[in-house]
Amino acid sequence: MSLITAKHLEKTYPGDIPVKAIRGIDFTIEPASFVSFVGPSGSGKSTLLNMLGCLDPPTGGHLTVSGQDVSALRGRAAAEFRGRHIGFIFQDFNLIPVLSVFENIEYPLQMVQTWPQDERRQRVETMLAAVGMADQGHKYPHQISGGQKQRVAVARALVTRAELILADEPTANLDRVTALHIISLMKAMRDEFGTTFIFSTHDPKIVSSAETIFTIEDGRLAVGDIDGGSHA
Amino acid sequence: MRNTIKIAARNLRRYRRRTLLTSSLITLGVVAVLLFISVSGSFKSMMIAQITDSMLGHLQIHQKGYLASIDTLPLNRNMKEGQVKKVTEILEEHPAIAAYSPRIRLGAMFSNYTETTNIRLNAVIPEREMETVPLLRERVIDGGGEGLVRQGEILVPELIAKGMNVKVGDGIVLVATNDDGSVNGQPFTVGGIVEGVTGPGGRDGYIHLDDARTLLRLEEKEISEIAVRIKDLDKLDSTYAAINDTLAPMINQAGKPAFEAHTWESLSPFFNIAKMIDLMTMSIKVMLVAIVLVSIMNVMIMAVYERINEIGTIAAMGTVPTRILALFLTEGFLLGILGAAIGIVVSLAAIAVLRAAELTFNFGQQQGLVLIPFIKTGDVISIALIVIGIAVLGSLQPAWKAARMDPITALRHV
Ligand SMILES: Nc1ncnc2c1ncn2[C@@H]1O[C@H](COP(=O)(O)OP(=O)(O)OP(=O)(O)O)[C@@H](O)[C@H]1O
Ligand SMILES: [Mg+2]
Repeated sequence: MSLITAKHLEKTYPGDIPVKAIRGIDFTIEPASFVSFVGPSGSGKSTLLNMLGCLDPPTGGHLTVSGQDVSALRGRAAAEFRGRHIGFIFQDFNLIPVLSVFENIEYPLQMVQTWPQDERRQRVETMLAAVGMADQGHKYPHQISGGQKQRVAVARALVTRAELILADEPTANLDRVTALHIISLMKAMRDEFGTTFIFSTHDPKIVSSAETIFTIEDGRLAVGDIDGGSHA
Repeated sequence: MRNTIKIAARNLRRYRRRTLLTSSLITLGVVAVLLFISVSGSFKSMMIAQITDSMLGHLQIHQKGYLASIDTLPLNRNMKEGQVKKVTEILEEHPAIAAYSPRIRLGAMFSNYTETTNIRLNAVIPEREMETVPLLRERVIDGGGEGLVRQGEILVPELIAKGMNVKVGDGIVLVATNDDGSVNGQPFTVGGIVEGVTGPGGRDGYIHLDDARTLLRLEEKEISEIAVRIKDLDKLDSTYAAINDTLAPMINQAGKPAFEAHTWESLSPFFNIAKMIDLMTMSIKVMLVAIVLVSIMNVMIMAVYERINEIGTIAAMGTVPTRILALFLTEGFLLGILGAAIGIVVSLAAIAVLRAAELTFNFGQQQGLVLIPFIKTGDVISIALIVIGIAVLGSLQPAWKAARMDPITALRHV
């Protein structure tokens, strides 16, 4: 079964002049894919990722994530769904400044899900090691570099073993070399944990790391994707 | 929950200056309230003690209608022997009553053999009177043996003693008109000079109850009033109500209520001052509430505004709205605790200093009363609860706003 199925998915932002950001697109994404959405600025990448992440409901069509129709999810129900199934990596890292690296990764296990302390500690240590930050757990976000922050963010997104991780321009604030490191870290994590990663980017070098590429133009999917995903 | 507190506390520490500023504002409010309560409260209770313990008693019982014509001290409105018996039976039985003192109140002519003046007198059983109004003994500034006033002696009010130029040991004559209009005189020795106090009856002299009976040629053991002392002044209202309820159904031959009972509050004008003090305490509490509410709301609105991005992040990760609400409420709660705790510590220290300083003040005739401020644990706890409660209340709106924030809008916020 596909991890994500989008049917005639639409998003129109209301307003004096309504903006049709996504104009009815269809696609499926399989588990353990490594997917990139590319397209010019304003083409609708963020809008689409927000819908996939159950942060913003579609205004038309249907969207299924992890076997559940999420088109109608709102508020608390959406938050709970995200907490169980989806991890996020942000462009600006968005670590919580008052929490240490360890505590940042621990956050979803404690404040979103409720894990016992011992298992939490074990899992966080596993994740710290997996992203190569094993000896940095005690540091605070302001004490580490941008690349390290994004590693921590990857660990935090993965810590609950979410099936889907969404990353809207995860490398936009990193230099080229670090950006490629982060992307290969994400790929390694996909290999290790079987998590689906979906990210958006402008950067052609980064795009080429993806196994499935969807090109968006003006709210519609253009042809040109490699294997793994498919147009319905 | 532990983690919620941890995050809230760290966020308070993160904006250290602002946290300190807000909590010191709360501290200031708490100190102002607690100091005011303790100083005004001790002033008030000292005044109440002066009034009730040196003259009025806590409660007084009269025949119905006595108080309305008290200015003339009407002997024909005294309680008759049978009535007195009924009332004393009730008083003996009631567990809240510490002591009571039957009094005959009378007006008389006071003569030092060269001059004559009017005097108002309380005729009492000395032991009973001293149990009921223990501070009366202290008002006797000159003379006054062991037992307050012996038979044949009179305690002369200070002003009359000065005006009539009498001293302890001097002989004087009291002349009184009794119930049926006949006049009788009786010699007395000045046993002591009694200091006046503010309020009704505060300038009366004292004689022994038995002397009043012979002076007035009373055949019956009648009584003008019974002053009552209760054990716990905090139970004044309930005790008064209980006694009033027992007395109310007792009727006289005419079928009307036979007795009336009054608390010191309706007998003394100081009660209005006491009420003013309560009102001021209340308004200063309201000011405290306003200070806490405004400062907490202000700081929490800023806290939410500054952390919109963080709110978006944790909301996106799946933190449910109630948890976000709890995070910010906890922050306000901790701020309230901080301000209240520092405020209480500072207040207690200030009260200790005030006690050590032994400030004195004058009240009417009484001079050099030492102010001993005190604060009840209950007051401290209630102020702490008010501050903390208002702090949470003040965080409610900002926390609510944070909890309801749309994650995308919040994440996009710069
Ligand atoms: N909240 C909104 N209200 C109205 N219009 C919006 C809103 N968000 C996005 N849009 C519009 O929807 C379209 C798609 O925007 P979106 O942010 O998805 O593009 P994007 O591909 O992510 O662009 P970029 O590469 O610059 O991030 C744009 O025309 C944008 O102006
Ligand atoms: Mg975008």
